[in-house]
Amino acid sequence: MLKNLSSLVCGILFGIGLLISEMVNPMKVLAFLDITGQWYPSLALVMVGALITFGLAYRLIIRRRAPLLEDRFHLPDSAKIDTKLLIGAGIFGIGWGLSGFCPGAAIAAIGNGRLEALLFVFAMCCGIDLFRIIHRGK
Amino acid sequence: MENFTPYSALIGGALIGLSAALLLFLNGRIAGISGIVGKALFPEQREDVTWRFYFLAGLLLGPLVLSLVNGTPFNFHIETSMPVLVIAGLLVGYGTSLGGGCTSGHGICGLARLSLRSIIATVVFMVIAGITVYIVRHLIGVKG
Repeated sequence: MLKNLSSLVCGILFGIGLLISEMVNPMKVLAFLDITGQWYPSLALVMVGALITFGLAYRLIIRRRAPLLEDRFHLPDSAKIDTKLLIGAGIFGIGWGLSGFCPGAAIAAIGNGRLEALLFVFAMCCGIDLFRIIHRGK
Repeated sequence: MENFTPYSALIGGALIGLSAALLLFLNGRIAGISGIVGKALFPEQREDVTWRFYFLAGLLLGPLVLSLVNGTPFNFHIETSMPVLVIAGLLVGYGTSLGGGCTSGHGICGLARLSLRSIIATVVFMVIAGITVYIVRHLIGVKG
């Protein structure tokens, strides 16, 4: 139960962070990606802020034997650099560049009442399902 | 649209980092949104799915709570057409599944952990996204 409550609080913080930083505004994200146009550089600082905070905290947290509410850390174990990684990241880049929405920002934008974001997230879930159908034969 | 908002960007980013740190400290999980969505929809094992739904509910609620406190919802225009949004959504869903992460999982958590896999993924999606915007806005000439 506590684990769910902590997840909820983390989600709320994440959503507020996306809103304050204006990552939820796809037009701002596109302006950030438009280096040769009227470039909007401030969004790079979203990454800087997040990297400093999480980077420092991460180093302190993983010294512990386990997280507070679970018996172990669930860290990604894959270090593989293969064509799947490159093509996947490339396809994501095209979708991000077309819409200005990344997954978290789109979900937070729904919370802000944007129905366009709901359409995007629905299509995104279909895309995840498509991957499952193609690659896992389910 | 204001063009230079470094403080709100930095503060918002720090909140995102704080959220990811708390999720790791408390639940031992990485805050990668595409992974959280994917495994909430299609659990790989009978591992706990519930926390993912709580996290995603929070992600929806956060902006709602903030706009209620503020009195006005945070306003912006989305000029992208519906068909493009659908195509982009499909690409983002498929691509993040194939590449194992998005801006949060690779771009923030992976980068902070100095994972080479995530550093490469982040460079690739940033560059490709930049090229896509260049093609759409400057070669095809759609104004955003």
